[in-house]
Amino acid sequence: MKVKGRVWKYGDDINTDVIFPGKYTYTVLDLEEMAKHALEDLDPSFAKEVKPGDLIVAGKNFGCGSSREQAATCLKAAGVGAVVAKSFARIYYRNAINQGLPIVQCPEVYDAVEKGDEMEIDFDKGEIRTSKGDVFSFSPLPEFVRGILEDGGLIPHIKKKLGKS
Amino acid sequence: MGMTFAEKVLAKKAGLSSVKPGDIVTVEPDRAMSHDNAAPISKIFKSIGVEKVWNPEKIVIILDHAVPAPTDKHAKNHRDIRKFVEEQGIKYFYDVNSDGGVCHQLFCEEGFALPGHVIVGSDSHTCTYGAFGAFSTGIGRSEMAAVWATGQIWFRVPESMKIEIEGSFPEGVYAKDLILKIIGDIGADGADYKSVEFTGSAVKEMSISERMTLCNMVIEMGGKNGVVEPDDKTLSYLQGIAKGDFEVIKADPDARYEKILKYNLSELEPVVAKPHTVDNVSPIKEVEGLKVDQAFLGTCTNGRVEDLRIAARILKGRRIAKGVRLIVIPASWRVYKEAMKEGILETLIEAGAVVGPPGCGPCMGNHLGILAPGEVCISTANRNFKGRMGNPESEIYLVSPATVAASALRGVITDPREVL
Repeated sequence: MKVKGRVWKYGDDINTDVIFPGKYTYTVLDLEEMAKHALEDLDPSFAKEVKPGDLIVAGKNFGCGSSREQAATCLKAAGVGAVVAKSFARIYYRNAINQGLPIVQCPEVYDAVEKGDEMEIDFDKGEIRTSKGDVFSFSPLPEFVRGILEDGGLIPHIKKKLGKS
Repeated sequence: MGMTFAEKVLAKKAGLSSVKPGDIVTVEPDRAMSHDNAAPISKIFKSIGVEKVWNPEKIVIILDHAVPAPTDKHAKNHRDIRKFVEEQGIKYFYDVNSDGGVCHQLFCEEGFALPGHVIVGSDSHTCTYGAFGAFSTGIGRSEMAAVWATGQIWFRVPESMKIEIEGSFPEGVYAKDLILKIIGDIGADGADYKSVEFTGSAVKEMSISERMTLCNMVIEMGGKNGVVEPDDKTLSYLQGIAKGDFEVIKADPDARYEKILKYNLSELEPVVAKPHTVDNVSPIKEVEGLKVDQAFLGTCTNGRVEDLRIAARILKGRRIAKGVRLIVIPASWRVYKEAMKEGILETLIEAGAVVGPPGCGPCMGNHLGILAPGEVCISTANRNFKGRMGNPESEIYLVSPATVAASALRGVITDPREVL
């Protein structure tokens, strides 16, 4: 699996409230609508300008805070191809995989890219290539976790396991 | 080689003689807790194609996030949950009634948080139940739907860290100051993925309520779970209310920890977490005198009788400053009734407080205390993220109940030791 897109860059401790505000958690349930509120309290330009395949690059502890999985769902719905961060908060890491949103822990990428750069991620090789020519490698996700991502998220994965798909 | 608390619990539940950090285990949780998000979870559950939940006695649903329903969308959400509870025969359902409250508070009061249990909840502050020696952790909606369908969840066995706490609290310093201080020291990701064990003579001295405050905020330093070893205090709290059997599981004395931190309470002072991150912690002195528009006493961190009592002691016979609003939300109706009987609510109302029904409303910007742009709120909650209380242009300062009361009294951020 490969994804290629433009970089959006944010700092450390990007929390679930600024990714998807709590006030919408019981009122905004439609995917298209959720995408419109993605990163609303951090960068209002994001939802308006994001293009399918775009990549988010962030600092440490991306997704800290709530267990609200819409903070992963809204990015996927907005077309984000993957999030590359120095590190992820634990619940977010699980939620992203369960929502079929690819995430990559690769601290070196942060200083090598700017907003608007192009970047390609090869998940099979565990490799990131930037438009400036830098190449970074990352440890592939555990096989068990890759299985969930490959099935498109936890629910399709469970359905497959239970023979319901 | 001995095992930590997390290693012992997960090994036992997975039917293994031992596990080590990094191992992946699959276990059946003892309880699965959800709140208002049980409605979207039920829709995901149905999409899986399984007819009935794995065990209707192990699922607990507590309505608290937007209660009573502030909009028709929230009302429909609650209606969908009631219908689902009925059709699935879910045994433990707490509706918007005077036997309810904030999920984490009620879950403990009702005796669901038990030593040695593995508990998952579709809320990040599920780690609160570690105060009773449970391994409890937050998960997302889809993951909860999968638990309802299969009764199974996978865990990566976490590394563990130990926080040894000695000494006793100086006047005006509380468990909230301690946990904020720890988070400030190690950072918002200082315990990322880790199991955090609170030990030491000071923890043994702490009340159940104080232990809940500590464990509640473990998620704010990235922890997977937080835990206090059960003792006589725990067992006496659980006497007569424990819902089901349990086994006290303790870390082995020779268990391996990735990190050990030491704190002495006598060195602490009142602190504050400044906007917009929980680890932006400094002594209260640094922000003293800043004007506050709203003071909020409540939430699953600090909405218990002990917390309300601390505030009432400061506000008794006094009146809050002009230009500040004090909002008090007891964490459960049991707390509300006890505070009523003790005269705490009367004291707070006489001082100018608005007492709301138990629930989570203002904490994450649902209702009953939303901030206007430019406003400052001093709060006993666990998060001060930008926009958390409904408006991204407002500011939230996290403190102890005493500091909230002192600041409401003066109308500016105030060191509680000045008014005690």
